[in-house]
Amino acid sequence: MTATKTDNPPGTQRRPAPARRRRRATSVDPIPWWLKLVGALVALYFILPTLFVIPMSFSTASTFQFPPTGFSLKLYENFFTDPTWLASLRTSVLVGVLAASLATVVGTAAAIGLHSLTGRLARLARTLLMVSIVTPSIVIAVAVYISFLKWHLVGTLSGYVLAHAAIGVPFVLVSVTSALSGFDPKLLRASASLGATPIRTFLFVTMPLISRGIVTGAIFAFVTSFDEVVIALFLRAPTFQTLPVQMYNSVTVEIDPTIAASSSLVVVAVTVICLVLFVGNRKSR
Amino acid sequence: MPGLLRRLRPRPQWLLLVPALTLLAWILLVPLGNSFLRSVGNGDWTLRHYESLFTDGVTMRVLVRTALTAAAVTVIAFLLGYPYAYLMTRVGPRMRGVLLIIVLIPFWTSVMARNYAWIVILQRNGPVHSFFELFGLDVVLYGTVAGVTVAMSQVLLPFMVLPLFSALSGIDRRLLLAARGLGSHPLVAFWKIYWPLSRAGVVAGLILVFTLSLGFYVTPALLGSPQQSLVAQLLGQRTTLLLDFSGAGALGMLVLVVTLVLVAWANRLGGTISAIGVVAAARTKDQP
Repeated sequence: MTATKTDNPPGTQRRPAPARRRRRATSVDPIPWWLKLVGALVALYFILPTLFVIPMSFSTASTFQFPPTGFSLKLYENFFTDPTWLASLRTSVLVGVLAASLATVVGTAAAIGLHSLTGRLARLARTLLMVSIVTPSIVIAVAVYISFLKWHLVGTLSGYVLAHAAIGVPFVLVSVTSALSGFDPKLLRASASLGATPIRTFLFVTMPLISRGIVTGAIFAFVTSFDEVVIALFLRAPTFQTLPVQMYNSVTVEIDPTIAASSSLVVVAVTVICLVLFVGNRKSR
Repeated sequence: MPGLLRRLRPRPQWLLLVPALTLLAWILLVPLGNSFLRSVGNGDWTLRHYESLFTDGVTMRVLVRTALTAAAVTVIAFLLGYPYAYLMTRVGPRMRGVLLIIVLIPFWTSVMARNYAWIVILQRNGPVHSFFELFGLDVVLYGTVAGVTVAMSQVLLPFMVLPLFSALSGIDRRLLLAARGLGSHPLVAFWKIYWPLSRAGVVAGLILVFTLSLGFYVTPALLGSPQQSLVAQLLGQRTTLLLDFSGAGALGMLVLVVTLVLVAWANRLGGTISAIGVVAAARTKDQP
């Protein structure tokens, strides 16, 4: 807006052109002021919770009171010294890495398979693989819990990993599929005609070209698992639970303000990951 | 002949699908299938558990409350989402990028962090309570369905904005200018031209938000009250507290079928805007 102010000397060469263009655009079809106001309010609503999390984490209070009192790193210290919080963080990272690895391997294979398949059956397979994304997680959680009770998987590492891998597959499938859409299948024939085996072709031709899609999918499978709370709540064991479940306990069972520090760390970590991905994708285009 | 041979031979690409389909069948389909079998009496083929959903007095009340909450969330998301999506189509590319990142923020704010923040915001003596006290009102949204609605609308707004944005950006605005040039009032031009063209996106967004709000568990459990539980809480209670696996199975099947039917409907109405695609793309931040 400041650019349109005409306080620059009239002799300058560059200014008049954009100013005139802007004036013409606003006179015929302006964006009404109330629309901008509504847009700003909705934008505020989108970011509102995030605005509260970080100030709360520096509070000295032993409750959730707002505004936070004082300024200290006590809650962060709590988070990094309390064995319960630390153990849950370790569990979440371990489960997330294993679940994301499993989801990435099977999801990438499925995406490559589906890329060259057409027809009703292939469409059905794709829908089946994607359907967990719209299935309410409580329905999955309850069904998985009852079956896992029978299979002795409740409260075990394999239980968490398998359940989280299953819900991570769609994210890998989507991002690898979109990476494959820009992939020229003639390269496969070229590689084969030069004597490469299918495995060599995959490793040296396909994989480097879709690696960004694979990495994006893997990261989102990790974040999905790391942030998943409903299924983890049902699969938890008293001494073996993930970070979101520990956070859930800290607002239901005990009133533990350490959740503010934990929330801030998770929000900042995930935001950094997303921004890196976003900027990386922008650059590659 | 070679064409026929090729069609009969199973294509080797299907092998690549085996691991993913195995994982999904084992972890999702078998448990859901078991849950279904248990809900029809484990081989006895009875609809008793489904009947009691409608006759036990509790379930129906909870289902109605859930549907009303979902409807309120949907209306709020629409009233806020439509102008926002419209604004996104009007601003320059740089501002559009900023608005898009803001839309995606609820996705990458962790579930527990977000719900914790809403507890802080809505609690007694919290900022919202203090705001209402300025006007002499004693309104505490924490522990009420209204509080749950506010928190759910925030996280579901992207599911309204994204399909709407995709529908609205396909509309040629020159039609509106033409209408106005021919002497139409801006509101009439909007109602007769813009609104009908945006309807596919609106319907897709409405169904998507409504459907997704039916399954919320953490938000109503943390921000609502046990006396006014929604269907997901009831499902959880039947399973872990009452160990009524058959009743939980029947209720779960009901929620699942309603959800899938609605999503399939949104998919069909949305045409090019695939509901599942929107969800997945939004989560993987793969928007163009």
